[in-house]
Amino acid sequence: MFYREAGQFKSSYQADQAIFPIVQDRWFMALVIAVAFVFIPFFADEYWHQAVIIPFLIMSLAAIGLNILTGYAGLVSLGTGAFMAVGGYATYKISTAFPELNIIIVFFLAGGITAAVGMVFGAPSLRIKGFYLAVATLAAQFFILWCFNKVEWFFNYSPSGTITAPPREVFGILISGPEAEPLARYYTCLIFLCVFALAAKNMVRGHVGRSWMAIRDMDIAAEIIGIRPLQTKLSAFGISSFYCGIAGALYVFCWLGSVETEAFDILNVSFPVLFMVIIGGLGSILGSILGAAFVTLLPIFLTNAPPMVGLVIAADLAKHVEEIIFGLLIMFFLIVEPHGLNRLWQIAKEKIRQWPFPY
Amino acid sequence: MEVFNTFFIAPFADMIGSPIFLLEVVIGGILAGIMYSLVALGFVLIYKASGVFNFAQGAMVLFAALTLVGLMEHSVPLVLAILVTLAVMIGCAYLIERWLLRPLVNQAQIILFMATIGLNFVFEGGGQIVWGSNVKKLDVGIPEKSFEVGGVLLNTFDLTAALVAAVLVGFLAIFFQKTSVGRALRAVADDHQAALAVGIPLKTIWVIVWSVAGFVALVAGIMWGGKAGVSFSLALIALKALPVLILGGFESVPGAIIGGLLIGIFEKVSEVYWGPAFGGAIEGWFAYMAALVFLMFRPQGLFGEKIIERV
Repeated sequence: MFYREAGQFKSSYQADQAIFPIVQDRWFMALVIAVAFVFIPFFADEYWHQAVIIPFLIMSLAAIGLNILTGYAGLVSLGTGAFMAVGGYATYKISTAFPELNIIIVFFLAGGITAAVGMVFGAPSLRIKGFYLAVATLAAQFFILWCFNKVEWFFNYSPSGTITAPPREVFGILISGPEAEPLARYYTCLIFLCVFALAAKNMVRGHVGRSWMAIRDMDIAAEIIGIRPLQTKLSAFGISSFYCGIAGALYVFCWLGSVETEAFDILNVSFPVLFMVIIGGLGSILGSILGAAFVTLLPIFLTNAPPMVGLVIAADLAKHVEEIIFGLLIMFFLIVEPHGLNRLWQIAKEKIRQWPFPY
Repeated sequence: MEVFNTFFIAPFADMIGSPIFLLEVVIGGILAGIMYSLVALGFVLIYKASGVFNFAQGAMVLFAALTLVGLMEHSVPLVLAILVTLAVMIGCAYLIERWLLRPLVNQAQIILFMATIGLNFVFEGGGQIVWGSNVKKLDVGIPEKSFEVGGVLLNTFDLTAALVAAVLVGFLAIFFQKTSVGRALRAVADDHQAALAVGIPLKTIWVIVWSVAGFVALVAGIMWGGKAGVSFSLALIALKALPVLILGGFESVPGAIIGGLLIGIFEKVSEVYWGPAFGGAIEGWFAYMAALVFLMFRPQGLFGEKIIERV
């Protein structure tokens, strides 16, 4: 009754190709953005910013990056953590070497470096496919983290082996370092996510995205119709790593502040991001964000739910129970809806469109 | 020049300088490699029969070892404990087939892969809830004595492990080649649909193959647990087995064995001779890099099925 496209006629090609062709969708999106920019900062306290919202935004960005690679180009990668680490460490190195340089520019430079590293480790994808490639990306994961652990130049010879985000300002507002306000960091992450999600959405609708999908669906056939596998696969690796690099930079500078390589571990980052992509829906930008919300919020919910209902569980037992529930939920989700949360969203929209007269 | 020397000349000079020590390193590598093969074998069995890349194999090793140790702590005799653990693993195989694989039939491989990662969490969490998460000592009565043969130091435990692995592989080979169940398994591995068409019950076969993988996990758990104690780190040996898999090929049992041995030797030799030049702790990634370089020349691994692509 409220959500239908009847009567909305398009008179130009541009209007027909819009990301949100239906008026109600545009309103809904505007509402979401308004809530994110105005409403949430108004209500969230420091705990919410630090523990829930900022990690969610950063992980969404990383999940979009991985979704470009795995969902659109069909190349499974388990090296997300390493690529994020490259972004974080590159930002740290550039920012400490050139303190005057605007931090936003540094983020983009770090993204570029990560893209280059990603393309180097993506080069085997031209020869190797499927799970062989997935295991091969583990080589990147372990090798890169080992480098950041062993080569002291990467952490400026600090004795503890950690890197600490220096305080940096944008337009006179501190956005990184220990003194930065959570609100400033929140807005930084949010703006990055919005801009990059929009860019990704447009990329996958365009020529680049269509060639990624062609390669994903059948690479030989794609080659025959004139898509170059080399450029396509490497661009997927490059752009995906760029996103992961920016996410890694934000991860260090706007969230944790001070990290060791442990923070980019395969179990801490690579697998959770892959979960986000799969639970959210392969080949969907919205899905990446929904998946990130699910995977970052679920553990917080699981930790906080038992005390709320008055259940006291010992810490290590709680950790294992959490693990089991997490595993079970993943399996449950895959069985019930293998196409992810994005498909559920589509189904819901379809239902609303017909409501209340479904005939 | 100095770099060239440390990486390309000094290690080889060391090797030629003391061949006995090199032999010792290589034997150490072979024995470690056997352990990797044991874990990789579990992956290969399941991948062959159902096309599932079972990430939970490492957690199954942990779970089997924990169950065994837990039972023995309640003063159950060893043989009985092993049998009970085996029964538990078979029960798990049945549950996995019924509640996880059957609903996910015909899904994309990556979906199944993710499902096994979920399974991985359940096995890890479940094993540690039931049996506790402290490091436990597993004593299966294999003596651990060192002796010398021709100047090379050997260990009875390692030799027993090698023997057990050899027996296990022989047993699996006979099982696959000579029994009717084994023939059915090979048929399923070859072509699911054709196997169904000639009346092989796919569901039963999957239960069997996951049970066999559970059995292999138990053996690997006993061997690794007996050597290093049973703790959470057992689950991480799955990560050790992955380069073995891509080197040997996902579908090949001999590939898992030979790949394991090669990776074991390679890892030990590189750690001993090139490790100091790199600054140590290179065993985490060296095997992966080696396997990766190898794959560039042979994308399906040593013994993997030749990849034929058609449009």
